Amino acid sequence: MTSILFDAPGPKTRGRHRLYTLATVVMLLALAGLLVARLVEFDQFAYAKWEPFLTPSYIEAILVDGLLETLKMASLAIVFAVVFGLVFGVGKMSEHRWLRWPSWLIVEFFRAVPVLLLMIFIYFAYGVGDGFGSFWAVVFALTLYNGSVLAEVFRAGVNAVPPGQAEAAYAIGMRKTQVMTIVLLPQAVKIMLPALISQLVVALKDTSLGAYVVAPGLTFVGGSIQDEFRESRLQTWTVVAVIYIGVNLLLTALATWLQHRLVGEKSPLDTTAIPGMQSTNTGGGAGGGIV
Amino acid sequence: MRSNKIRKTPVLGAALLLASLGLAACGDAGSSSSEDAPDVEVAEDAAAEFEDGTKMKELAESGEITIGVKYDQPGIGFKSATADMPEGFDPEMGKILAASLGIAAEDITWKETISDNREPFLQEGEVDLVLASYSITDERRAIVGQAGPYYVTGQQLLVAADSDIETLDDVKGTEVCSVTGSTSLENIEKEGATPRGFDTYSECVDQVANGTVDAMTTDGAILLGYAAEDPDNLKVVVEPFSEERYGVGYSKDAPEMCQWINDTIEASYEDGTWEDAFAATLGEAGVDAPEQPELDPCEA
Amino acid sequence: MEPVFADFDLYLSAFWLTIQLFFWSALASLAFGTLLGALRVGPVAVMRRTAGTYVTVVRNTPLLIVFIFIFVVAPSLQWFVGTPFLVKGVIALSLYTSAFVCESVRSGINAVPLGQAEAARAIGMTFGDSMRHVILPQSFRAVVPPLASVLIALLKNTSVAAAFGLLEATARMRGFTNANADVRPEIFLLFALGYIVLVEILSAGAWTLERRWKVASR
Repeated sequence: MTSILFDAPGPKTRGRHRLYTLATVVMLLALAGLLVARLVEFDQFAYAKWEPFLTPSYIEAILVDGLLETLKMASLAIVFAVVFGLVFGVGKMSEHRWLRWPSWLIVEFFRAVPVLLLMIFIYFAYGVGDGFGSFWAVVFALTLYNGSVLAEVFRAGVNAVPPGQAEAAYAIGMRKTQVMTIVLLPQAVKIMLPALISQLVVALKDTSLGAYVVAPGLTFVGGSIQDEFRESRLQTWTVVAVIYIGVNLLLTALATWLQHRLVGEKSPLDTTAIPGMQSTNTGGGAGGGIV
Repeated sequence: MRSNKIRKTPVLGAALLLASLGLAACGDAGSSSSEDAPDVEVAEDAAAEFEDGTKMKELAESGEITIGVKYDQPGIGFKSATADMPEGFDPEMGKILAASLGIAAEDITWKETISDNREPFLQEGEVDLVLASYSITDERRAIVGQAGPYYVTGQQLLVAADSDIETLDDVKGTEVCSVTGSTSLENIEKEGATPRGFDTYSECVDQVANGTVDAMTTDGAILLGYAAEDPDNLKVVVEPFSEERYGVGYSKDAPEMCQWINDTIEASYEDGTWEDAFAATLGEAGVDAPEQPELDPCEA
Repeated sequence: MEPVFADFDLYLSAFWLTIQLFFWSALASLAFGTLLGALRVGPVAVMRRTAGTYVTVVRNTPLLIVFIFIFVVAPSLQWFVGTPFLVKGVIALSLYTSAFVCESVRSGINAVPLGQAEAARAIGMTFGDSMRHVILPQSFRAVVPPLASVLIALLKNTSVAAAFGLLEATARMRGFTNANADVRPEIFLLFALGYIVLVEILSAGAWTLERRWKVASR
């Protein structure tokens, strides 16, 4: 793409670009230098401040009580969200007004309310006491939110299946439900798979909000480590951030791989047009927009 | 156009970092301070002492109890990411109460409570008792039972050692940190300060230490613990401007628990376990041992 | 419901703070995000890669962690110590949102038909000229729907500031529900309604803009 927006540079331009390159590199080095100087000044490289993250019991806490719980919450949320999205996405496409209208309302509501607000409410209203606890409060809040986003994705996915498919299915005598379940949805799901994984990244990032309602997960473990080692704040959150980024990059790479595998080079689904998709607290943006 | 190069580098970097973490896992952080927790003598055959149909009988027979405590207040109720059990004055008192039912410390199920889930926890039976810096108030007593108090403290201010704040009037127009949604934060807002709510107390302490906010406010017991950790830079000022009487929360469905809780606390005053519990927790953090507070009588 | 209506000014001032957070963050991230987007499609490899790395890192970091770095980690290095809380909130939100603005801008630029860029090049325009006069004006139109989504997300994301010293709507809701547990669902709905109204205003604005530019372009 780069070659479309600008000409192959001539000697003069190349000189200018070299200047820009140099300026950028110098600026980046200066920023890095400034940061390192600060870190040294405040003694942030001291072994004692990093020691918790080299101690087996804390590594275990971070990986087992942290990462594993985070992954569990995110994957459960996405599995439920797919069901939710399927029901309400198809509901929104229904020919019956009594089905279409409530589906639309529900999807709109959960997309417009901040997921944190939702989480806090679900936890206190239904999570405590005989309720299901903070883990499930996070899962359900993320289900409702991501499910509403996925409802739109499903709709767009079904609409992206070439109309000839449905026409041919009707022509051989299939009924409406059959057309949807046998012909349209299977093809739509294939188109949407990368977008689904991207949404998993979104859910994974949002599980961090669970720390507000004492749900387990990486952020929660990070919080309790920083309470214990107040000197190790920078180290704690650096480690936590690196893990989040690493896991999300792996998921994104998986999405890209799946996209190539299942859909080929063709760009699958332009999810940028779906409100709330890119947006969201978004990780992946969608199959098309993966970095 | 897809920037494959850009993507791969951080993945590789992250993987390497994780791997190196695993390989170099030889640190030894976090000393276990639970060793000096006092031993509490567990009552034998406790179930026989309670009348049939009481909650105490039920608990003693089951041999299990669930207690809600704080996990983020060093000295009062704190649990390390790697520890199995919380530490602090509240959990110690919980152990004393459990012991009188014949339940050993290792058979207690601890649950983390935060400020705004304590009443629902009790009402819905998620926990049997709450010992979580749980101030006795009329509003709370309208919906849950609160026995005690077993400790009395009051809202104070933690400021930098060189701070100009000396009286409560001085907070007007300043920024004061506490935990989001807490009563302390509401109180200080009424005094004319700008409330700055954070998620945990330790974050607030740092905000005071590095000068981001002017003061931090909550119960004196919590503040004194932090000031004792760093006496060169932090101090506690202002006479307590509220009275926080820590009580033991129980469900209104089991009013008979009140008398048992009071009796057990009274007994711990007499046999010295209350003092031991205090000395091993808040005492360690530099808080002077207070008078043993007088218990509220239970309603018949 | 009474407690909220008795303190209705607190409800309003909380949403006012939400709006302020949103407004300044929107401005800052539109500016910074567009700059990043331009760098990402520009001819200088190092700049492209820098912007790309920034977007990759930020997009994969939870917003809560970004807030922690600005509010909790940076002050321990004596950064942002005297900075007003609102400004810090705007910085955290903008650093995060810029990455998404950048991606929207990039997708908008990609949406401009190839022939346009080729034609601009053919008549001898430089990269800067063709961007300014040909590509960007057209990409604005394509960029409106995804940017609207990003801004709606930003509006909802202001709620994360609740645990970082900013008494915006979500923090205020926690205070209210803490004191009035019996009317929790009502309080929740009232605050949810506030957010929904703001989101709908934004959507309506984006829709109008999209309509108008569509017509104008014909």
